[in-house]
Amino acid sequence: MEKAFFDQDNNDNSLDRVDGRLKVTGAATYAAEYQLPNVTHAVLVTSTIAKGRITSLDSKLAEQAPGVLAVISHVNSPGVPAYGSSPAMPQRATLGTPLRVFHDNLIYFSGQPVAVIVADTWQRAEFAASLVKVQYEKEPHQTNLEANLSRAALPANVQRDKNSRYHDYDRGNPEELNTAAVKIEATYKIPTEHHNPLEPHAIIAHWEAPDKLTLYDKTQVIKGTQGNLARAFKLPLENVKVQAKFIGGAFGSGIRVWPHVMAATLAAKKVQRPVKLVLPRELMFTSVGSRPETIQHITMGATKDGKLTTITHEAVAHTSTYEEHTERTILATRMLYDCPHVSTRYRLVNLDVNTPTWMRGPGEVTGVYALESAMDELAYALQMDPLELRRRNHADSDPEKNLPWSSKSLKECYAKGAAHFGWHKRNPEPRSMRQGQMLVGYGMASSTFGVHRNYAKSRAVFQADGKVIVQSATSDIGPGTGTAMTRIAADTLSLSPAFIRFDLGESTLPDAPGQTGSTTVSSVGSAVKVACEALKQKLLQLAVNTPNSTLYNTNPADLSVEQGRIFKTGNPATGVTYTEILKQNNLPQLEVTEESKPGAEWQKYSMSAFGAHFVEVHVNPTTGEVRVKRVVTCAGVGKVINHKTARSQSIGGVVGGIGMALTEESVMDHRFGRYVTGDFANYHVPVHVDIPPIDVFFIDEHDPHVNPVGAKGLGEIAIVGVAAAVANAVFQATGKRIRDLPITPDKLI
Amino acid sequence: MARNKKTDGVDESTEPGSFAPNKARRTFLKKSSALVALALTPPPVLKAAEMEDQVTAAFEKVKITLHVNGTRHKLAVEPRVTLLDLLREDLKLTGTKKGCDYGQCGACTVHVDGKRVLSCLSLAVMQNGRKITTIEGLADGEKLHPLQEAFIKHDGLQCGYCTPGQIMSAVACIREGQAGSEPEIREYMSGNICRCGAYPNIVNAIMEVNQSGQKV
Ligand code: FES
Ligand code: FES
Repeated sequence: MEKAFFDQDNNDNSLDRVDGRLKVTGAATYAAEYQLPNVTHAVLVTSTIAKGRITSLDSKLAEQAPGVLAVISHVNSPGVPAYGSSPAMPQRATLGTPLRVFHDNLIYFSGQPVAVIVADTWQRAEFAASLVKVQYEKEPHQTNLEANLSRAALPANVQRDKNSRYHDYDRGNPEELNTAAVKIEATYKIPTEHHNPLEPHAIIAHWEAPDKLTLYDKTQVIKGTQGNLARAFKLPLENVKVQAKFIGGAFGSGIRVWPHVMAATLAAKKVQRPVKLVLPRELMFTSVGSRPETIQHITMGATKDGKLTTITHEAVAHTSTYEEHTERTILATRMLYDCPHVSTRYRLVNLDVNTPTWMRGPGEVTGVYALESAMDELAYALQMDPLELRRRNHADSDPEKNLPWSSKSLKECYAKGAAHFGWHKRNPEPRSMRQGQMLVGYGMASSTFGVHRNYAKSRAVFQADGKVIVQSATSDIGPGTGTAMTRIAADTLSLSPAFIRFDLGESTLPDAPGQTGSTTVSSVGSAVKVACEALKQKLLQLAVNTPNSTLYNTNPADLSVEQGRIFKTGNPATGVTYTEILKQNNLPQLEVTEESKPGAEWQKYSMSAFGAHFVEVHVNPTTGEVRVKRVVTCAGVGKVINHKTARSQSIGGVVGGIGMALTEESVMDHRFGRYVTGDFANYHVPVHVDIPPIDVFFIDEHDPHVNPVGAKGLGEIAIVGVAAAVANAVFQATGKRIRDLPITPDKLI
Repeated sequence: MARNKKTDGVDESTEPGSFAPNKARRTFLKKSSALVALALTPPPVLKAAEMEDQVTAAFEKVKITLHVNGTRHKLAVEPRVTLLDLLREDLKLTGTKKGCDYGQCGACTVHVDGKRVLSCLSLAVMQNGRKITTIEGLADGEKLHPLQEAFIKHDGLQCGYCTPGQIMSAVACIREGQAGSEPEIREYMSGNICRCGAYPNIVNAIMEVNQSGQKV
């Protein structure tokens, strides 16, 4: 079947962001902005050593400071009931033991909360925090991944789970490498990176009664946070309410229940008033996870005509001493290319730092950076066009799972991206292309991210005024969840989007999974679709069962709907509107709640999204400054629900990838075990002047297998591969292969 | 790469690399207010801790008048309160955002007497008598400002947290005559970080409004 392209210049009938007006007028309410009577302000005191124990914590001066209501630490914490009964707190995500806040005097990382001050104003809490005197007994700490590689080990949680995909993996005979005609071998490093959403993490914790807790929290996992707090404080689930209607970005930092959430909740318990806690930017580096620093070693072997024969991929990442964070780093290597002999190894080293977590494109973004850099190196070793090398090794089915793809448009992405970019104009010879003084480089990389889907529920209510309210306890960290859901509901119900209101961001709504791993449209979107379909069927049934209806006794199969009007197919003049049907039946409203979950299709198909990025860089040969001049990105992500917001999501991914490639690095001073790049002046994210025009294309894929909506997810794949494309372009421009990100000027001169 | 550098560059912390900022300044504030209170207040009052709090607070506050979005506010503020915190916490104008508190992200951009200012780097007491415009004061009633319209049309936002600051900067950028070309807009908007990466759409929105010749 001929596949249609979404052309960015084609003005389609995309919806504007449904909450755009609220956001451009300042009326959108983020976590710290709820106005609660009697609210108090909390400030954290954090450890200044990376390992050891607190020997004394003197809070007398702080307690006497103006406006201070309480100083809470391990000395006087009201305690978290679940901490006491078991050494490991039950939770849904990472395996291990989440930090137990104010539980004992042990220090696991620098920046660990050791006390929280509550005062009537934030300034007073800040001041009082400076008066707390903490003394420690230090122990030697380890924060340097490279210096601790000898301790790299298969994660214990993998050892316990024989079905884990992180076990050592061998396909064919990786020893074949020795006989390969052409070989390459290289080590790639990415530093620790921090999500740094622009809105710092913030929470207002409010005990409305001794057994009733409400949290206004910056979280992308609303139901998960509700469950987690209910378990921690041994409360019935319905006694915990979580609200997160607007979230100022998260990129993964809002997936887990972090220590500051517990600190605020404990503080609110102590002072019996609502407590607001906003992390200062510097604590965003030690409080809400990071992308783990990762060192990867890759070898590749190929025949002379560029057919891959072997790939080996070893990845070692850091984790904390109290938890094991694992991610999909080595998985793409097993499926992105058709290669008979493949082996992967995944190892962790625990360090005296806070636990890393998922950050946009988790795992894949790290692994594909290394894999796609290595492919470029192999192309040069073969003296072959890097795009041609990828085409020759295209995987027509999943070589790991031995399953057909549910759909795949990688070849179309290569073709569309290359044509639009003008890849044929590339002279592969490094340092051969110039514009004025500048060295010019073209680079490309493939991209992939697995399709995932979770259980989700949605309620759809048709109201007498013709409006439909659709609900699910999902969130919107920025992609435009409400907009996509409005679109799905409108299309399913054959109604104008103007009649749809989508509610999200509250734990009282029907169950939704966390907004993680590009699963929101595939999971929640499917539930919305199923619920709206059920609602439509109910309306059709009513129409044919209502005696005074013009459609009475018509076979529902013979009916069509347009703009909320049901009529006999082929005869639009007949018929009734949804609203009339309700009126004829004296119904104030019509409501359905439906659920949706993955099924047997997951055994029959391998499901992934694929794409390709093309990047042009200019490098100043004197200063080593790299400027990205243009980017073309193309992806096959199943059905694109709303092109306008989808395009923005892709652009955002590319921007994140450019940051990863060129500027982002959290630098640790190992003497103190502490990040020294704790603000935007030192942790460099791209700004306006760093970002060129970005052209986005989607291949319109019809994939009936992934889920009822047919969408594969977009948030993650948008960033996967971008850093490799930039690094490959830098190589072609300069002849220098920089294998440790970010590619800062000092590495090029 | 943020173009706005932290202006308060003095690190007064004692621990190497410690993040606790400005300890000395705070101690000074505390001491000075306590001393003033001690000199002027009869001893029995000082005994009541609660009263001491109130007295200290009263002596620490300075009376100012601000015109915010056309409304006159007579306020008593502590000298250490930034314009940003005053807007968000006292006036409940939470449209102005705190992204860093160090002048590095632009989320807190407001207009003071028509010029863009980072409200986190400005103490409220410094603005006595001035006219402040925040994102809440930009639209004309229900009618959005042309840049607000353009941001929606070009989807110049995702999470929306940088958006008020981007829009306030964009208005100023056009008024300053620094929105003539895409490179110029990029340069003069670089103090406003968008971590979601809406940059190209923001540039398009500003270009369109500037070229339309509408009054901003
Ligand atoms: S809050 Fe970031 S510049 Fe003011
Ligand atoms: S829209 Fe999220 S930071 Fe700009």
